[in-house]
Parts: sequence; C-alpha cells; structure tokens
Amino acid sequence: MKNFQIIRALSSGSAVTNISKESSAMFIAGGTNLVDLMKKNVTAPDKLIDINGLDLKKIEFLKGKVSIGALAKNSQVAEDSSIKEKHPLLALALAAGASQQIRHMATVGGNMFQKTRCSYYYNTDMPCNKRNPKSGCGAIGGANRMHAIFGASESCIAVHPSDMCVALAALDANVLVEGPKGKRQIKFTDFHRLPGNTPEKDTTLENKELITSVEIPDNNFTKNVHYLKVRDRTSYAFALVSVAVALDLKNNVINNVRLAMGGVAHKPWRLTEAEEFLKGKTVSEEIFKQAANLAMKGAKSYGDNDFKLTLAPNAITEALTIAASK
Amino acid sequence: MSKTSNINRVDGFAKVTGSATYSAEYKTPGVVYACLVGSTIAKGRIKTIDTKKAEWAPGVLAVITHLNVDKPVGYQKAKDKHNFGQPLQIFKDDSVLYYDQPIALVIADTFERMQYAASLIKADYFKEEHSTELKKAADKEKKVDTDKGNDYHRGIQDGYKNAEVILEAEYTIPTEVHNPMELANIIAKWEGNKPILYTKSQGVEGTRKSVAGVFGIQAEDVEVHSEYLGGAFGMGLHTWPYEIAALIGAKKLNRPVKLVLHREQMFTNVGFRPYTIQKMGLGATKAGKLTGLTHEAVAMTSSYEDFMEGTVNMSRFIYDCENVSTRYRIIPLDTCTPIWMRGPGEATGSFALECAMDEMAYKLNLDPIEFRKLNYAEKDLEQNKPWSSKYLLECYEGGMERIGWKNRKNEPGSVKEGNWLVGYGMGTGTFGCYRSPTSVKAKFLPDGNLVLQCSVNDMGPGTATMMTAIGAEITGLPVENVIIEMGKSGLPKGPTQGGSATTSSVGSAVHDSCNLLVSKALELATQNPTFKGIAITDLTFANGLIAAKNDNSKSIALTSLLAENKLEGLEVENLSKGAEEAKKYSIYSFSVHFVKVLVNPNLGKIRLAHVVSCADIGTVINQKTSAGQMYGGAVGGIGMGLMEALEIDHRFGRPINNNFADYHVPVNADIEKQEVFFVNKKDPISNPMGTKGLGETALVGMAPAIANAVFNATGKRVRDLPITLDKIIETVKV
Repeated sequence: MKNFQIIRALSSGSAVTNISKESSAMFIAGGTNLVDLMKKNVTAPDKLIDINGLDLKKIEFLKGKVSIGALAKNSQVAEDSSIKEKHPLLALALAAGASQQIRHMATVGGNMFQKTRCSYYYNTDMPCNKRNPKSGCGAIGGANRMHAIFGASESCIAVHPSDMCVALAALDANVLVEGPKGKRQIKFTDFHRLPGNTPEKDTTLENKELITSVEIPDNNFTKNVHYLKVRDRTSYAFALVSVAVALDLKNNVINNVRLAMGGVAHKPWRLTEAEEFLKGKTVSEEIFKQAANLAMKGAKSYGDNDFKLTLAPNAITEALTIAASK
Repeated sequence: MSKTSNINRVDGFAKVTGSATYSAEYKTPGVVYACLVGSTIAKGRIKTIDTKKAEWAPGVLAVITHLNVDKPVGYQKAKDKHNFGQPLQIFKDDSVLYYDQPIALVIADTFERMQYAASLIKADYFKEEHSTELKKAADKEKKVDTDKGNDYHRGIQDGYKNAEVILEAEYTIPTEVHNPMELANIIAKWEGNKPILYTKSQGVEGTRKSVAGVFGIQAEDVEVHSEYLGGAFGMGLHTWPYEIAALIGAKKLNRPVKLVLHREQMFTNVGFRPYTIQKMGLGATKAGKLTGLTHEAVAMTSSYEDFMEGTVNMSRFIYDCENVSTRYRIIPLDTCTPIWMRGPGEATGSFALECAMDEMAYKLNLDPIEFRKLNYAEKDLEQNKPWSSKYLLECYEGGMERIGWKNRKNEPGSVKEGNWLVGYGMGTGTFGCYRSPTSVKAKFLPDGNLVLQCSVNDMGPGTATMMTAIGAEITGLPVENVIIEMGKSGLPKGPTQGGSATTSSVGSAVHDSCNLLVSKALELATQNPTFKGIAITDLTFANGLIAAKNDNSKSIALTSLLAENKLEGLEVENLSKGAEEAKKYSIYSFSVHFVKVLVNPNLGKIRLAHVVSCADIGTVINQKTSAGQMYGGAVGGIGMGLMEALEIDHRFGRPINNNFADYHVPVNADIEKQEVFFVNKKDPISNPMGTKGLGETALVGMAPAIANAVFNATGKRVRDLPITLDKIIETVKV
C-alpha cells in the first residue's frame, strides 16, 4: 500500500479542521473496511485522521430517544442490555453482521460507510463506475448474484452491504453530523443514496463532515421484531436478501409497522407502501403475502440475481410471520 | 485397542502455542522480501512492462521480469509441454497464459516497501482471445493416451442402453480451490551452487527433484525444509513458479529471499480442482440389478500441461455390473494448471455416480441403500481380484443407525419438522490404498530415547503422531520417549504426502525399522553376561528394559547396555517395500456419508441437521487424529456440496471471488451435528499394521449425500454444484 500519514484527532472540531486541509484525507475509526480497501489499492488516501480518541462512544438514553455515539463498537451496541430491551431489532441486525472479531472493531459510524461488496469495485483491473467514474459497470452483464433489484441505474447495480443500517432505516433513525459549516441532522433514510449517474457517491454527507452520533426515537417495537438474513452460509457472509421487521401488535391487529430490506439496493430499502398497506390489518399469512407483493413493485433483476425476485417476497413474508409469532 | 491408539497429537502443543516453525517463519539473517506481480489479462503477450518507478522506489533491491531474468539452465532442456510436472517456466518469455500469471518479481528490504513498489509496475499487452469456459470449448476436447486417459470397456460397450430401466443425466462441478490457511510461502537462499529452501511442500524429495531439474543441478544438492504445514490439501504436490521465482531472486541478490503469496494469488497460481462435466448412463433390471454403467467426464486443464485425475475410475469397480464403459477427456483452457485436491478424481466422480445411483433407485422405487446392496461387488471386477478386505456393509449399517435412516420416506417432501422439509441422503466413497518404498532410520540414544527419522512431512493428518505410536508399540517404549525428525532433506527418504498413502508407507517403514532395531538390541544383549546361555528368542524388550522371559531377576536397562558397550547409540536404517502378496488383491478404503437436511423451500435455506461419516480404513492407528481427518474431510465435502465455486467472469477470463469473504467454505454454524465412525478392522493384506487410507475417502461421497438428501426433502434434483439457495427456490424472471 501507498505510504500515508496518520494523525490522531483530539476533538471532533479538530478532526474536521484537519481533514479540511487535505484533499485526499480520510477519517479512520475501526478500519475494518478501509484498511482492506487500502491494501487492495482501491482507496489510497495520503492522510488518515484517526478519530478513535474522540469521546463518541456512549450510548445514552435521553428523553424520547436514544443517542448512540458514532464510535460505539458494533458489539458494544449489540450487547447493550437497554438496546436489546428497547430496540431489539437493532441488536439482532448487528449480531447478524460480519464476525465477532470484526464487530469488536467496527463502529456505528464506520458501518454506515461500508463499501459495497461488488467484486468489480474491489478489483482495480476491472471496470467500475463507483471506483473509477466513466469506466463502465462490470456487474451489468457480469457476475451479479449479489446485486440490486431496486433503484439501480445503468451506471451501477451495486448494493449496500450493511445489516445495521437496514435496522436503523426501519427505526426512523437520524444521523448527527459535524462539518466545516457546523452541525446538522440527516434522516437515516436520506443518508444513503441511489447510484444514478454518480455511483461514486454513496451518501448525502457533504465533503469533510463527520458523523458524531445516531439517534433513534422511542417506539413500541420491543417484542414483535425480526431481522431475517438470507445468505450463502450461516455466519460471516453478506446478505443476499435481508428483511428488518418491527410490528406493534394489539390483539393481532397491526397498530404500527416498519419494514426495510438489505441486499437489494444501493441503500437500505424501506418498504413504505407495504407498511401503509399493513397498518390496521389483522395478522395473517395472506396479508403478509400481499404486502410482500406490493413491496416488489418496480423490482428488476440482472441475470445471476433473478432468484431475488422470488426470494425477496418470500423473505418478507417469512420475516413478518416470525415477527408476528414472537 | 492398543495403548497408543488414543494418544494426543505429538506436535499439538507446538502448533497451538505458536512455537512450530512454518516455512516463512524461519529466522534467516539478511532476509529480504519479495512478491509477484500478476498479469491483468488472461492471454496474450507483454508489449511493454514499466518497472522504472518500482526500481527507483525506496528500498527496492531488484525487479525481475522476462526481460532481465537470468534464465535457469533447465529452461533450455525442458521437455515438451505434455510432460506432467512441467510447470509454467516463470519469466521465460513475454507470453501470458492465464490471468494473474506472474510477470514480475519485486524484492525490497522491507515487506511494506516491497508491496508499495509492486503496485507501481504497469504492463501493456498484445491481447489475444482467451478461452476460460469449459462449456464453450468443446471443440478443443482431447483424449490423452495414458492410463487415466484411455477408454475402458467391460462387457458390452455402453451396455446400459439395452437395459429395462435407463437413467441418463449430466452433472457439473465447478472449479474449487485448496486455499489452506497457511499461504504458499518460501524462504530461498543459495550456498554457492546449492539452493536451500524453506517451503510449503507435501514432498521434500519431489521438490528437490523439480528444483534440480530447473537449475540443472543434482537433487542431492538441493536442501529442502518443510517441517510444518498449515494445511495443503494437494496444492503442495507441485513445485510452483513462485518457488522458482524466489530462487531466481535469491541467486541474483545472493541473499535469502522470502516470498509469501497473497490470498488472491492462492486462487490463481497454485492449482485447483478442475471444473468437470460428467455424463452418466445407468441401466438396470426392474428388480434393481445394474446391468450397465457408463461414466464420461470432460475436465479442464491448462494450455501448457495435461492434468488428469481418476474421475471415472470408481465407476469401474464399486458396484457389481457386467457392462461398464468409462471415457475421460480434457480441454485446455487459459488458466493455471489444476492439481490434485483432496479426494482427487474420486470426489468429482462420486458426485456423478452416487447421485445417479440415487436417481436410479427412485426410478426403481427402491431404498437407495437397498439398491446398492443389490449391486454389492463381492470382488473387484475391474482388476478381477478379491478385495483385501471390505467392510462397506458395516459402514452402511453404522450410518443408517446413527442418522436414523428408518425415519426416511422414499417419497420426496413427505417428512416435515415444523415448517422444515426433512430429507435423508447418502453417498459412497472409496480410494485406493497405496504404499511407496520408504526409508526410516530408527535409533536408540544413550539416554534410552528412540529417534525416528524420515524426510516425509506432515501437512496436518498427524504423521508424526502416527510414527510415534507405531514406534512406541513396537519398541514398548512410552510415547514420551519417541523423538520424530521429519520434513527435511538429508533424512532417510520418505514419500510425498498424498493419495492417503502416508501411514501405509511410512508407518510400515517405522514398523520394520523398529522391529529390526529391537532385534539388534536383543542381539547385543545376548552377548551380555546377564543373559549368558539365554537365546535371543527368550528375551523381551519393554519400557526400555531387556529381560529374560522366564526369569524376572535377569534384566538390564537399554541405557546400561549401551553404556557398557560404550555405544553412542544403536541404529537401523531400512528401506520398506510392499509385499508381492499384496499384488494379488485389490486394496481400497471405503466410506459412506449420511446426511439429514432440513430445507425451507421458500428461502432455499438448507440446514445440515446431522452428518454421519463412516469409514472402513483398516486398523485405526490413532482415534483422535483419524477422527480429526474424517471431520475435516467431511467438512470439505460439505463445502463442495453447498458452497465452493471459483466464479470466473469469462469476458475477462478472471476470477471474481478470489478472496475468503466471497469464496465460501463452511463455518461451524453450518453443521448442527456431526459424527464419525470407523469400522476399525485390520486389513490382512495391505501392510504390517493392516491400515488402509483415510485422508481422501473422508471427503469422497459427501457432496452426493447432500444432493440426494436435498432431493429427498424437496423433490429438486440439483446436478450442478454447489447447491446454493437459488437452485432450490422457484425462479421467475420478471
């Protein structure tokens, strides 16, 4: 890998100031993805701003919400007893991701920047618009078993690989960021973006902004939740399709519901139409199947991933059924 | 059960504490660091290669390409390209024969500087059209006139076609890679014209010969160390271009050079199990007697070597069948040469054969085990010889009992547990038992310890433990008193570790040498006043003490005997070979794998609820290491069945999942319950211990067991491995 400088930031303000000075500087937290990308010459920053010393690791239960520091480790959040109690969906999704070793290193903020696992992105000899704009998309017409069925474009059919983000999208989380222009808040569902003609941009974060925390508003999704991850092996594999379900049931009637999918789009894919359809209905397999079919509107496959058109609605039905039966 | 049949792995402590030294870990003063830069095209010629930036990068000591290499003298006299074991001649010229073929060697003073310099090398190519897809290269199919390549016919050619009930089916297995945890690695250095290698090899003597051939020197002048291997599975059976590259670099710089392949290079440069398409034709009477069996295989090889394996061979002898035909063809593709991978040939062949047997059982409405029993081979019809021993029926019975076969129903999808469809399946495995001439030196030291020396190495099965156990059994010494020296040249010559033949070859040699050594010690004792007038046959040797059988008061410690005779030790070096008698028999190991799967048809999810592997491997020398091998082999078979496939983007002729995140092998959570079981009956013919082989047959037959269980659960017959979930769920294109 290329030689680089690494400096340790002492405050979020100094981290932002430091990164502003360098065109190819990047923040590094757990490094579970960035270091791999640097080793493979996919990413080659001149400078890394190490933010691990910042005071952003706390999980705080505030009035009406929980605030999770951007540097909280994935395992720390997954195993936090209050998170398990109040936001079990998030704990389930985190535990489904990566391996225990990686979860010990990976942070909440870093997880949101996980790069796609598209093989063409990782191999610098291959065409990839995300890595090298205007070089073409290797996955279209190539190996695309893992790839998107929703919201893809002619430039990119890659998917976002995170499990955690699927749960956070379902839970209406917000992202708090700090940048050269000050602090702001981004809705989690607006944080990641669709590829369009600029697949090199994964998020709506502006240049040099730093995530400081993620907030989840209080909810009633404490019991009938499920994170179903369908993958090629039982552990340590990325989702082919995943479904995050949170149900608020009263006497088997769906009072409130959240649904999101992973492994199907360039961002965590929230199923709002299916959610609206389910609200107020009584739990039944038939209703779940109808919701799943609604969710599949506009789906498009690319060859190797044709099976996702069947798998995705089946997974939605299965996840809803499991959540409802808890 | 003998006292040594359950001893701990003698090198276990060294391995788990990190004190075992693997090739790249040898402390070598002045060592420098090298890596290989690979081609980015699959076929063509190098137009230009820009090495200037790398050469000028800090710490770089050399950049070697085809333009500046000092070609080893052996390159000139290389045999024609159809010679086995004639690997790619690295840096020989500008040709590119496969994707990621090494085109440059970069050597620097530190690992980091070497890596950085390597990233600066850029090449331009004259591209040529490549061919990497077996299914689209049928026109290049060729028959090779060798034992493996020749057609075989017994009875009527393709006689299955005349049967009452006929089954024809095609099966595919993709390319699979060995990828042991320990990467391919070497430290190479020269002392004058004599190379010294610390390298990952399954055969010290084979590596010596290959290296000698390339550099035009004598094998005896090549020093090879390969004491510990972190797995190999067959990839260490070849001397690969990276090893030659390190030697070229070390010679140029006159310094020790360390080269460790990247994980990605492990998928492209050190062999693999070849992509193979098989056609089966089975014919049977309505009552279930096989009357004809035809097995055809077409497998990939490289453009520069004809690699072949025994893919169709099992079909010739495993069942009682009058009319058998086998054909085997290869197709050269623009890839690295394949190399034997655990259960080579048979693992691939058994997938087709044992799935076809299952399909035929369904056609005949017979239980798959019943169908096999109806066609049980009482002798080897291929060689027309009796079996040395065969306890296959015991494997069937043991497996049926453990897996709960009685709960199986022949009707697919008819058994459920909750929402899960339940399926049971089985597959038979076999592998020949071989024995190579092997020399072992056995030596009693003055302190009473026994040293056993052999150049054989141990890629993981527990060879040192096996040698210890046999040595302790024969000499009556406690296992703690046995010292093993192995895995390096200069020791008495042992075989390459492969073909499940190590225990048969080396174990027999240990057995013979130790017997001779004990006789030598007893002979010496007869000359001692203690045993005056006592015949050698009336002496015993146990626990380091020589004693008269009929008089307890007369004994002498071996250590005292050696001291009294002023001996520095007592030694025997002996070459052991198989007995002529063995040639009259057909000697095979047998295994049967049983699988219970739970399938969620909506998600395509296959759970391995229970896996049972039973084997007839003759005498079990060590329960622990044997069980370990069987578990590991079975897991390898599970990977083959459910996950493993090197995916190639044929537009570019290069793999797209050449890393451990994307190339899946099973994890612990994938297998919910696993058991192994050995018949453990001595083979009267194979060798003095009565062992057969284990390493290969531990894997052979697992993949079809899974495919058959999936069919039993779902009614879906998946004939192309691996059985990923997309092949289970109904796919509709929108």
